[in-house]
Amino acid sequence: MPILKIPTPLRPYADGQGSITAPGKNVSEVLEFTLEQYPHLKKHLLSDDQQLRPFVNVFLGEENIKELQGIETPLKEDDILLIIPSIAGG
Amino acid sequence: MLPELSHEEIHRYSRHLLIPDVGLEGQRKLKAASVLVIGTGGLGSPVALYLAAAGVGHIGLVDYDQVDLSNLQRQIIHGESRLGDLKIESARDRLLDLNSEIQVDIYNEYITSENAFEIAEPYDLIIDGTDNFPTRYLVNDLCVLTGKPNVYGSIFRFDGQASVFFAEQGPCYRCLFPEPPPPGLVPSCAEGGVLGVLPGVIGSIQATEALKLILGIGEPLIGKLLLYDALDMSFQTVKLKKNLECKVCGENPEITELIDYEDFCGMPAHDHDAGSAGEDWDITAEDLAARLNEGVDLRLIDVREPHEQEISNLDGSELIPLGQFASRLSELDSAQEIVLYCKSGTRSTRALEILVSAGFKKVKNLKHGINAWAIEIDPSLPLY
Repeated sequence: MPILKIPTPLRPYADGQGSITAPGKNVSEVLEFTLEQYPHLKKHLLSDDQQLRPFVNVFLGEENIKELQGIETPLKEDDILLIIPSIAGG
Repeated sequence: MLPELSHEEIHRYSRHLLIPDVGLEGQRKLKAASVLVIGTGGLGSPVALYLAAAGVGHIGLVDYDQVDLSNLQRQIIHGESRLGDLKIESARDRLLDLNSEIQVDIYNEYITSENAFEIAEPYDLIIDGTDNFPTRYLVNDLCVLTGKPNVYGSIFRFDGQASVFFAEQGPCYRCLFPEPPPPGLVPSCAEGGVLGVLPGVIGSIQATEALKLILGIGEPLIGKLLLYDALDMSFQTVKLKKNLECKVCGENPEITELIDYEDFCGMPAHDHDAGSAGEDWDITAEDLAARLNEGVDLRLIDVREPHEQEISNLDGSELIPLGQFASRLSELDSAQEIVLYCKSGTRSTRALEILVSAGFKKVKNLKHGINAWAIEIDPSLPLY
């Protein structure tokens, strides 16, 4: 199953998990599964119209899914998705 | 014409001169270079130290802050002897002690839309070592509008990011993050903490990228974002593409001059804890102590994380971490007086906003948090 990697700032909203193994044939299904398990993550990832929020980027390998097929991007069994959040610390 | 090196400089930089990719000409390029380091905190410390050590001839430092004891866990350019001094003066003196051959100019001010062009004008490239979203968008837009590379680094707890945003050759920060997160969604280092050595890693990468850009060697992080996870000890690079619809570097830019970045981000351009929910909603430590002494029936809710209770705690308080607050409102009674607190009043202000929007009226925020209580009421508690 695909793996969704959760960055440190979002781990408190996913019971501290660093990665989530989630069934899904595309990014949307993986996110749906993840948000069912961890509903507090939702406001950090999706807007009210179920689109990724503009300060969140999801990468499949080296590629931003925006450059692929967005949340409809198909996934293989061993794909790893990476959420890249905005952080500002310095 | 590149400047010549003195015999002493040749001695000092001998380990650079031995590298064929640097050599005499490269070292002369470094001597001729000028770099503006915005922020002399966690990231700015190692960046400025390594640039000075490497012989970058002209370094500018921008900061408005003073050296605080809580900075020394990571801001290695400062020391105990400079506590309370201006960070830029502490940093300048350290740099000149390291390398008296260079020129260090200091700017004791917030960088703003009004002064940014003038401050940046003499410099070839800009280092983003700031600690807040408004200044990061300001630095990005400044670099796009002036055609200077923005050597970016950012940190949180165990995670770091680095890139070179150079709109003439690739994407800018706005291409990746068109908008900042809403206020309060992403905690700052002052609220969420940061591993002390993390800015050492990311700042060293920023310094490396700056030196590469000056020397014109290697592959800079243009169009790439480096992600560092200290817990996994993993580095990963992802590709960034220019967003043709980017509001500042796209084909039809809307932003053609610097804007009001605090307004754009909805938050202040520093990561100091605000600590106040406004006069109507705050209660001072002194007033809270008086009410507790009177025996007033109130619920004291601590919205920090469980591990923070081991540092300091108020007797009789109940813990509801901010992250769980919205889902645990049923545990609170709007008929009862409630006082919320955290470390310094920032997170409790967020909790207060949640309660007020749920219809609670008898709720107060402990102004400046348990740290204010430690200063004003109970000095046996530590500050953190």
